[in-house]
Amino acid sequence: MVENRPFLTFLAHLVLILGVAFVALPVWIAFVASTHDQATFLGGSMPLWPGSNMWETYRTILTDGVPNSGTPPLTMMMTNSLIMALIITFGKIAISVISAFAIVYFRFPFRVLAFWIIFVTLMLPVEVRIMPTFKVVADLGLLNSYAGLSIPLIASATATFLFRQFFLTIPEELVEAARIDGAGPMKFFRDMVLPLSQTNIAALFVILFIYGWNQYLWPMLITTDEKFYTVVMGIKRMSDVADSDPQWNFVMGSAMLAMLPPVLVVIFMQRLFVKGLVEQEK
Amino acid sequence: MLRAGLFPFPPFGFPMQTKRTTFRSYWLPYLLIAPQLAITLIFFIWPAGQAVWQSFLQEDAFGLSTKFVGLRNYVKLLNSPEYLASFETTVIFTVCTAGLSLGLALLFAVAVDRMIRTASAYTTFILWPYAVAPAIAGVLWWFMFNPSVGVLTYALQTMGYDWNHRLSGTDAMILVVLASSWKQISYNFLFFLAGLQSIPQSLREAAAIDGAGPVKRFFTVVFPLLSPTTFFLLVVNINYTMFDTFSTIDASTAGGPGQSTTILVYKVYEDGYKGLDLGSSAAQSVILMGIVMVLTFIQFRYIERRVQY
Repeated sequence: MVENRPFLTFLAHLVLILGVAFVALPVWIAFVASTHDQATFLGGSMPLWPGSNMWETYRTILTDGVPNSGTPPLTMMMTNSLIMALIITFGKIAISVISAFAIVYFRFPFRVLAFWIIFVTLMLPVEVRIMPTFKVVADLGLLNSYAGLSIPLIASATATFLFRQFFLTIPEELVEAARIDGAGPMKFFRDMVLPLSQTNIAALFVILFIYGWNQYLWPMLITTDEKFYTVVMGIKRMSDVADSDPQWNFVMGSAMLAMLPPVLVVIFMQRLFVKGLVEQEK
Repeated sequence: MLRAGLFPFPPFGFPMQTKRTTFRSYWLPYLLIAPQLAITLIFFIWPAGQAVWQSFLQEDAFGLSTKFVGLRNYVKLLNSPEYLASFETTVIFTVCTAGLSLGLALLFAVAVDRMIRTASAYTTFILWPYAVAPAIAGVLWWFMFNPSVGVLTYALQTMGYDWNHRLSGTDAMILVVLASSWKQISYNFLFFLAGLQSIPQSLREAAAIDGAGPVKRFFTVVFPLLSPTTFFLLVVNINYTMFDTFSTIDASTAGGPGQSTTILVYKVYEDGYKGLDLGSSAAQSVILMGIVMVLTFIQFRYIERRVQY
């Protein structure tokens, strides 16, 4: 701030309070809805203050699932989401850290070609090539499996680029010293590159976990067996009931639970998250 | 968003770059790059190739035989009023969503930039929707605008507006625009804030000494210096609204009523997965891939050069 202008400061606070309210409103409404019972909504009105039915709602959806929705208990769907998100996260980090290492620290024939093949994946979001990708996964017999849920989403150029960018900033002297001391590439990788990449890996972890947890279209296409439903796609199933209104308290309770883990990750790892998102841009 | 927003776009010719000192091995680099390459080939390149091939084929009504029809799928698409309407829908949706979320994010970032003690608290409160799945964002707003129990529907009703996004295309569009921008504000906010904080304080002070008030300073000093960030975000937001909002739309309006919120990527899904018109869906995929490539190219070329004044 260059000079003291009380009115502008007041205006800024006002804007931000309104902004925070705008951002929080949908979630507050969802939370309130999840604390009332089914009958409240039949009258066609929506309360603005929490009711007394909160524990009942969450207990029901966590242990029995949303009644008559054809979806399993939330504990099961959330476990599936967690497994999928963790496979995607660790898989992406693992395969991209080693491929970036190969691209930066070796010169080999077809290096540029390999690089461009990976690069192209950037351009093709899953939504664009749904049908053929679905067919490949079906042909491989991966429908209704954790492998099918996660492996097709593991390949992405994003993480490879991040690591490559970071590796290029590691001083040349380190490699030279390591080579003089007789360290081979894998030893150098284990004792130098990996420890130096720790912060980057952690930052990437936050972003990839959110990405993995929030997948929607892909799980929806390849799971027909409810044992493999993930929570984000499950919400669509439970709100899509034919011939009747959705059971708002249960649907909104599920939505609350579905956003809880990634939101907690962002809030508690905010510093890493911001670093992962913004600082890489430099 | 992740795809496009996360990393620095490398300049052309960039894969050439390695360390001066490298390791030597005939097999190790291939082994290291193999997993990434295998997954890329199986789940990306092969299906994309399939889409291109499929876009030249046409299946008969019973799915019994396919024949090569050349560019006919494309010609049919470009002459189909529904497809052109979907193009228009996409443009409207993209402009509104990007405009709204960029505008609000910039406003919030400028406000937070003034704060000293409360900056990090406000940042946390604005940041967290980044973690909310686009599909959940769709469900939340769909609930608030529900014609029978929605809070906002009720509020609008008391003001005399009869909201019904199941019947009115405009209402449905407003619904998806709000849900999509709500989710995107946090991302844009973060980048704007980082951009603002990297502007040297001395520039603003110099402008202030020369007698420029806060508004004038913003438009003549701050905003021009933010242009690289703004441009970067613009491209990322176009990318986001064109592709990542699929789930928001599917979870709220499902493209309806009629075709009023069927954006291009949603149409690929609808024609392919629900309508089983594989040739047309594949041709649409190829057109979209073309659009993504152009966007990536723009991102590359201009972001590297950095729009600067």
